Amino acid sequence: MFADAAVIAKRNMIRLKRVPEILVFVILSPIMFVLLFAYVFGGSINIPGGSYREFLIAGIFAQTVVFGSTFTGVGIAEDIQKGIIDRFRSLPMSQAAVLIGRTASDLVYNVLTLLIMGLTGLVVGWRINSSLWEGMVGFGLLLAFAYTFSWVMAYVGLLVPSVEVINNASFMVIFPVTFIANTFVPSENLPGVLRAFAEWNPISALTQAVRELFGNIPPGTPDPTAWPLQNPVIYTLIWGVLIIGVFAPLANLRYQKAVKQG
Amino acid sequence: MEDRRAVNNVIEASGLVKKYGDVVALDGLDLSVEEGSVYGLLGPNGAGKTTAVSILATLLVPDSGSARVAGADVLNEPALVRERIGLSGQYAALDEHLTGFENLDMIGRLYRLGRSKSRTRARELLEVFDLTDAGNRPVKTYSGGMRRRLDLAGALVASPPVLFLDEPTTGLDPRSRLDLWGVIRELVARGSTLLLTTQYLEEADHLADRIMVIDQGRDIAEGTPDDLKTLVGGERIEVIVQSSSDLPRAEEVMQRFAVGELACEARNRKITAPISGGAAVLTEALRALDAEAVDILDVGLRRPTLNDVFLTLTGHAADPNGNQPKSEDPSSSRRRARS
Repeated sequence: MFADAAVIAKRNMIRLKRVPEILVFVILSPIMFVLLFAYVFGGSINIPGGSYREFLIAGIFAQTVVFGSTFTGVGIAEDIQKGIIDRFRSLPMSQAAVLIGRTASDLVYNVLTLLIMGLTGLVVGWRINSSLWEGMVGFGLLLAFAYTFSWVMAYVGLLVPSVEVINNASFMVIFPVTFIANTFVPSENLPGVLRAFAEWNPISALTQAVRELFGNIPPGTPDPTAWPLQNPVIYTLIWGVLIIGVFAPLANLRYQKAVKQG
Repeated sequence: MEDRRAVNNVIEASGLVKKYGDVVALDGLDLSVEEGSVYGLLGPNGAGKTTAVSILATLLVPDSGSARVAGADVLNEPALVRERIGLSGQYAALDEHLTGFENLDMIGRLYRLGRSKSRTRARELLEVFDLTDAGNRPVKTYSGGMRRRLDLAGALVASPPVLFLDEPTTGLDPRSRLDLWGVIRELVARGSTLLLTTQYLEEADHLADRIMVIDQGRDIAEGTPDDLKTLVGGERIEVIVQSSSDLPRAEEVMQRFAVGELACEARNRKITAPISGGAAVLTEALRALDAEAVDILDVGLRRPTLNDVFLTLTGHAADPNGNQPKSEDPSSSRRRARS
């Protein structure tokens, strides 16, 4: 199974070299995001006792890697549309390998994205104020959560094999989910309902966890009152396990029936 | 049918039914394909050809019915079936961004041929399909014919004993189609069993040993291309004479061999005589014409085309251009709804 998945992942990695849009999405847009947020917002919002720019970075990381999962959905939708899934399904290969290979290569994309964003962050003055070890755990958590989200998009891609629909749907869903959170503003500043949503939003927990691990919480920031934000690492991991526990089997079942229509 | 049961059938399907909502794609299809033969599944768009192939290639599960392919049960042993088949679909199933070589190499790896064998095989196939020069270019630079050839090569990577080709030449220009026919004939000569679907009557006639005509998911005729033509009947001899003055004499001669009324086109100096008995009758007719000193410009035995077969069997022409209105026409949808 893993040998087959590796073959599929390799195939997707070759595309990174040959499809300029992927390269733009994986490498250039993260740079743009970091610069944009750091300079447009970073200078105009003040956080008592700390740097907003530093506060911001973890949020941008979280949003970008979660958005990266769109690749999984789009890639699978495209494979169905082109009929290449039909070919894979007619081969004596492991039936789980296409999805595992796809999500794995998207994980590699996200590693690249994070690397680029991290370097750009360093250039604009972001630092990991904790230890190298905690920093690594922070990056690991980002990647792990994004990976579980890939399975959601894999399922969506199998369900609605249309690249356009998936792009729009992911924009409609991921955008609000990553914004109604503490990614860019402290959730305490949000009004009632939004605040509750933001506090229980796993993206908030992910961001909070990474911020803590990077040591990017400005000193003097009041402790969060909501349980998920008090225990962000555990809360994020619970969500990760739930998401993958539900969507990986769903996606695999759906894959067994995937055929090009028409 | 003769005693084909005694022969080794590599593909054997019975009672295949598949519905998509109200639309019946397959309506109890039986199929047997003899080892080493080419079997043509002929029908217009939407007849159920692709559905049938998808079921046999384990991509789709039928609502009812069963099938065995290369000794393995399609429903219960799909993994075993996949080891023994090669599939080339209607839409060249290739990765556009990979090169021809990379595509074939990837398929080889997924057939678990191993690294070096996959590479060797990929190179071999590029050679066979005349793609060696293009082998290192991404597929998106390929022409339609090249893509089809590469896709076909993909189906052959593991040299499977059974091949499914779903409309291998649809959308190709005539030249590429002829090229591909050549390739397919070579394949068959090497002993593969081939199930081929097509909307092109001449293609089935050209390539297949046996043909099943299907329409709306049902088998409406089955046999060798000749069987089907005989089924429709209507063999005829067409004679064109050198000069109009020979016409009356020729007419008189042909009258002796005709089994029905002669058709005479004075302007073209052409006589058409319905006959039965084929080439033997043609030979006799030629001798008789010669004895009467009729100068002949052109003569031929015309048999009905598969298009005639289709028209006779279904009441509508097989439309190789896939014009949609036909399947949308009220009579056919009524028929579908009732079934």
